[in-house]
Amino acid sequence: MDIFDTFFNASVMAQAWPMLLRGLWITLQLGIVSILLGLILGLLLALLRLYAPFWVKWPVRLYIDIFRSIPLLVLLIVIYYALPFVGLRLSAFASATAALSLVSGAYSAEIFRAGIQAIAKGQFEASAALGLGPVQTMRDVILPQAIRIVIPPLTNNSINVVKDTALASVVAMPDLLKQATQAQALAANPTPLIGAAIIYVAFLWPLVALVSRMESRLGEGQDR
Amino acid sequence: MTAFIEIRDLHKRYGAFTALRGIDLTVAKGEVVCIIGPSGSGKSTLIRCINLLESFEPGSKIIVDGTEVACGRGLAKVRAEVGMVFQSFNLFPHLTVAENVMLAPRRVRGKSKDEARRQALELLERVGIADQADKHPGRLSGGQQQRVAIARALAMEPQVMLFDEPTSALDPEMVGEVLDVMRGLAGSGVTMVVVTHEMGFARQVADRVIFMDDGEIVEAGAPERLFDGPTEPRTRDFLRSILNH
Ligand SMILES: Nc1ncnc2c1ncn2[C@@H]1O[C@H](COP(=O)(O)OP(=O)(O)OP(=O)(O)O)[C@@H](O)[C@H]1O
Ligand SMILES: [Mg+2]
Repeated sequence: MDIFDTFFNASVMAQAWPMLLRGLWITLQLGIVSILLGLILGLLLALLRLYAPFWVKWPVRLYIDIFRSIPLLVLLIVIYYALPFVGLRLSAFASATAALSLVSGAYSAEIFRAGIQAIAKGQFEASAALGLGPVQTMRDVILPQAIRIVIPPLTNNSINVVKDTALASVVAMPDLLKQATQAQALAANPTPLIGAAIIYVAFLWPLVALVSRMESRLGEGQDR
Repeated sequence: MTAFIEIRDLHKRYGAFTALRGIDLTVAKGEVVCIIGPSGSGKSTLIRCINLLESFEPGSKIIVDGTEVACGRGLAKVRAEVGMVFQSFNLFPHLTVAENVMLAPRRVRGKSKDEARRQALELLERVGIADQADKHPGRLSGGQQQRVAIARALAMEPQVMLFDEPTSALDPEMVGEVLDVMRGLAGSGVTMVVVTHEMGFARQVADRVIFMDDGEIVEAGAPERLFDGPTEPRTRDFLRSILNH
């Protein structure tokens, strides 16, 4: 059958496989580093946005809004192609990591903020009445509860970060998509692209399913 | 009789609304003061000012054991010395019962884990729920939860305990067990300020009962005097209205 030879060609796939694996490894590195940096940045921004004096709060808000509005691809191209004009030359990996985590940080900040604000006022009051300081209150009382609430939306956000790593192929990052397009060009056959698509789905589907499960469980209103 | 809490000319506004209009009150060491009054009279606001859960108007003064209550260095000391029990318990749901009790002694007093746990078990024993120590609060009944909250506050070895309607959120059959614990505390010489609708408790345990209405202290006195011979018409009306319920 023609379709199989074109899209699911076994020998092309076997040839492209090592390239795809190399690409996958880069995609995973990019995704994981960006997710972690985005989480740290997001928590920091959320705390500043909630508790810092207004002259810090205000720029933080601005940051969050701007980085949630800018298209990731535009940001990536600005970082990679425009910053060198002011002497800041980042590698493709660093550019992609920066773009992904700056944007992910802005989204995570809003998620963390919503989680912290969902904690009952009585928890803050009980902590204050016991003599806990603001840092202890956050670390020991508020964040452990807030994090439970924000795990599903943060996982969602992480899924988006991994998907968006594919944009890094435009700055010549040899990620999964880039490797697949190169393998396709080499073999003059689109099978490697199909392979890449399947690999993305295989990695992200379980996470998507996990989020759905967590969300439906939270929806049942199990509170403890 | 040494004043342990001294409140002078306490005013509190929420925007244009005045919740407290010039409260003067001193509480002696070891004294048990019950505050009664209709809903919205400012009882909660008053005791929440004592540990600065609510800020208050400039010109007002609250002194706890010689330290003025204000933002800054002294506040941590005041809060460590003043325990508070809330109507809605406010236990930490992600921690076990024992961990709820251990948290502040460890973080604020710097106690070791073993030491804090030993103390927590002692306190849980004292409020009659040592066997629940390793459960999460959500698994406990309301009465048990409120007793944990009392143990948690006691773990800081406070000089005074504030109670804001500690039994109002409880099913009727659980009110007694919490009041028993509070009676025990009062008997052991703990200074207490208790906002309550439990007139029987106030009559039996209080050294002094304070009737508040509309942000002011209308009348104060020994329980027998206040309950049996109120002099202010507003006090009389209030007592009559609750006796009719
Ligand atoms: N955060 C707030 N913002 C605005 N008004 C408030 C706030 N907290 C309390 N008040 C008002 O202040 C008044 C006193 O409230 P408070 O809670 O001290 O009354 P209370 O005597 O404890 O009443 P209850 O018996 O219902 O608990 C009420 O009229 C209340 O509506
Ligand atoms: Mg109240």
